[in-house]
Amino acid sequence: MRLLQRFYLVEVVSGLALTAAHFFRNMGAHARRALGQRSASGAVTIQYPEERRPYSPRLRSLHRLVRREDGSPRCVACMMCETVCPAHCIYIVADEHPNPDIEKVPRRFDIDLGKCVFCGYCVEACPEDAIRMDTGILEFSSYTRAGMVYTKEMLLALEPVGPDGRPRSPIPIPADRTP
Amino acid sequence: MIADLGIAFGRVAFVMMFVLNLGGILTWVERKQSAIMQDRIGANRASIFGLRLLGLFHPLADAIKMLTKEDFRPARADRFLFGLAPFVSVFFALVAFASIPFGDTLRVAGREIPLQAVTLNVGILYVFAMLSLGVYGVMMAGWSSANNYALLGGQRAAALMISAEIAIGASIMGVVMVYGSLDMMDIVRGQGTLLWGWLPAWGIVTQPLAFVLFLTAGIAATKRIPFDMPEGESEIIGYFVEYSGMKFGMFAMADFLETVVIAGMTTSLFLGGWQVPYLAAEGFRFPGGAAWALPHLVVVPLQVGAFVGKVCAVIFFMMLVRWTLPRFRYDQAMRLGWLGLFPLSVLNIVLTGLLLLAWGAA
Repeated sequence: MRLLQRFYLVEVVSGLALTAAHFFRNMGAHARRALGQRSASGAVTIQYPEERRPYSPRLRSLHRLVRREDGSPRCVACMMCETVCPAHCIYIVADEHPNPDIEKVPRRFDIDLGKCVFCGYCVEACPEDAIRMDTGILEFSSYTRAGMVYTKEMLLALEPVGPDGRPRSPIPIPADRTP
Repeated sequence: MIADLGIAFGRVAFVMMFVLNLGGILTWVERKQSAIMQDRIGANRASIFGLRLLGLFHPLADAIKMLTKEDFRPARADRFLFGLAPFVSVFFALVAFASIPFGDTLRVAGREIPLQAVTLNVGILYVFAMLSLGVYGVMMAGWSSANNYALLGGQRAAALMISAEIAIGASIMGVVMVYGSLDMMDIVRGQGTLLWGWLPAWGIVTQPLAFVLFLTAGIAATKRIPFDMPEGESEIIGYFVEYSGMKFGMFAMADFLETVVIAGMTTSLFLGGWQVPYLAAEGFRFPGGAAWALPHLVVVPLQVGAFVGKVCAVIFFMMLVRWTLPRFRYDQAMRLGWLGLFPLSVLNIVLTGLLLLAWGAA
């Protein structure tokens, strides 16, 4: 074997046989797929923006603010999340809630995603279950720092991820950014 | 007179179009073939009006990108040679194909047209010389860039080219001895005979050792992985470090053109060129005695098609090698060239001579 390996040509041929086998097997699968057999797959590629793998349910994706049944935020502006946030990326301004039982409601609830480290402490800290990170949205980007600040209205509009693992709400686009 | 000129132009144009287009398509082949070999899909996003065509527009997008990029020249570079180098590379890669025959003599309207861009009685030497001259472009690029890495790349290209070209030349000699001519057309015709009445006397049959040696040295001559010392992406960037835009593109294209030329040479010398097994000038003649007469105007396109198909098959194989093997280290490539390929090809010459002598005596 040692001598054969030194001779090199045998090893080259066995390597070529392996890659050629892959080529022809995949080509056959591509051809069958082109002829209408949907289950045939010649590649492991997932064509990302169109196709997605379902994310894990544990994934911490873009935050959303949970709504009450009347559509108002469940958040009571207790500042727990703002306090626990290690990145100081949450900014809350409280307001008086019309219902005296609820006391407070956020007037502003900004998350600066440029600072956020996606640790999920805000979700853990929230006593009202008002903030969750289950939208399944990972594609948020901006050309400016201001564009990374997501406001209360944007966060309230988001829906949790669908049962197929795809985000149900469109990626919010800040006003200062054209898509 | 006008007709003669037109025919000459047509012959050259066919070869030019064939080589250039194949060279362009090879960028797509390289992307797609490597992808399929590696269970991927490969580049498929470039589109015109939403039409993707399996990524066939990527070479076009590449060309547009390269043409619109900044054409940078280092301040201390040799102005003239720096600009000339990519043209030299591409030029010699292009003209090398000229004496490779792509079909038998075509007889139309009382004329005899050899399907070959240039009829040369020393065709092999011509192709060989043009291939060797191609390295001058690389060396010029390496030297004129005023960059040490580029210089190293150029020097490596020269070393690799010498060790590869000697093996190529020596392995070709066996073929020349068997078919007794330096004219590519004669060599291809010689491969049309049958051995023992059934086996086509292709070069791969009569010269199996030379075939392996030639293909190995030929892949080395294209300067692509596994023999990419001149580029050496992982250590020195190579002779074209300082090039950008279309000049860089021309170096990349020269590699593909050389691939086509080597594939054409392999086809002509070892795989029977335009020969289709058992197809003679007047139709198929199978060993069992069966025959199938075909008109001349069917036979010739069939032969041209066979040539194109064989070239594509060899290119496929070369791509397979390029995407399978890791690169040689510089010293390993030198050792392979000088202590492996060269002595073996000399041995092949000796063996061929002895066999021919014995054959002639018997």
